[in-house]
Amino acid sequence: MINEIFSMNGYGVYVWPAFSFTLISFATLYFLTKLQLLKEQKKFAYKFGSLNDEKARVARSQSINKEILSNILKI
Amino acid sequence: MFKSFEPNKIFAITSKAPKYVLSLFIVVLSIGLMEALVLSPEDYKQSDAVRIMYVHVPAAWISLGIFSHLALLSIGSFIFKNKNFALIAKSLAPSGFVFSIIALVTGSIWGKPTWGTWWAWDARITSMLILALFYSMYLLAWRIYKNKEQVIKITSIIAILGVINVPIIKYSVDWWNTLHQPASINILSNNSIHISMLIPLCIMTAAFALFSLLIFLMKYNMELIKVKNKGLDRL
Repeated sequence: MINEIFSMNGYGVYVWPAFSFTLISFATLYFLTKLQLLKEQKKFAYKFGSLNDEKARVARSQSINKEILSNILKI
Repeated sequence: MFKSFEPNKIFAITSKAPKYVLSLFIVVLSIGLMEALVLSPEDYKQSDAVRIMYVHVPAAWISLGIFSHLALLSIGSFIFKNKNFALIAKSLAPSGFVFSIIALVTGSIWGKPTWGTWWAWDARITSMLILALFYSMYLLAWRIYKNKEQVIKITSIIAILGVINVPIIKYSVDWWNTLHQPASINILSNNSIHISMLIPLCIMTAAFALFSLLIFLMKYNMELIKVKNKGLDRL
């Protein structure tokens, strides 16, 4: 049964690489995107942390900034 | 009209959605892989080589769909002067590019057992390669040009010019003699594909669509955070 699934009547040498290439491409794109997103979130946290009280209060008044910060805290 | 789609308002949704989309994608992909690799029948002519269809065809469909959306969003950003459209298009492009590469590579692998060659300058394959080149130009333009107004114009022109190629890809099998067979799935008429193969194909298409949605959401969130990073610099 397992051998049949792997050999696929001799076409396994084509079928498995096609599926593997697809899944590896998915994983690569996902992890690259995740890394880029984390990098931007870290940059945001660093910049936010270096603001003085007045500027931080202004920045915190925007709901999207609060949302970004809450997402960073969850990481 | 587009105020409810403003980044500030939708970020609360787009930032939470990826984890749910990822879970759903894993479930749908697992079912799709089981169907495509084990449960679906082999073809009477192509035998098990037909299973490559379950990754090749959805990848081609999604890459064409995404490029059509890029063109529509580009036209929208020209007409309504809405920069959010350009941001959405920019976030959609990477998954579209990867899908066009998957379609080309898996098509090449499928070509060897069915046509006896890895590559042929057939109308469908060549037009698909041109689509991948348009995706590369689109993504490169975002990297090369730093001026926002300029890059939105250039990428929009690339998307609008590139979309001319989409109907060429679709009808290339009818207009020219190609190695590809005519379309097996028609919305308006009867399908020539058996239901036992159509079901795994639909499940895999749903999985691929979910993956492109996942990447889009992550990229879009990243773009919004980039914008907010610049906003913090200006404070």
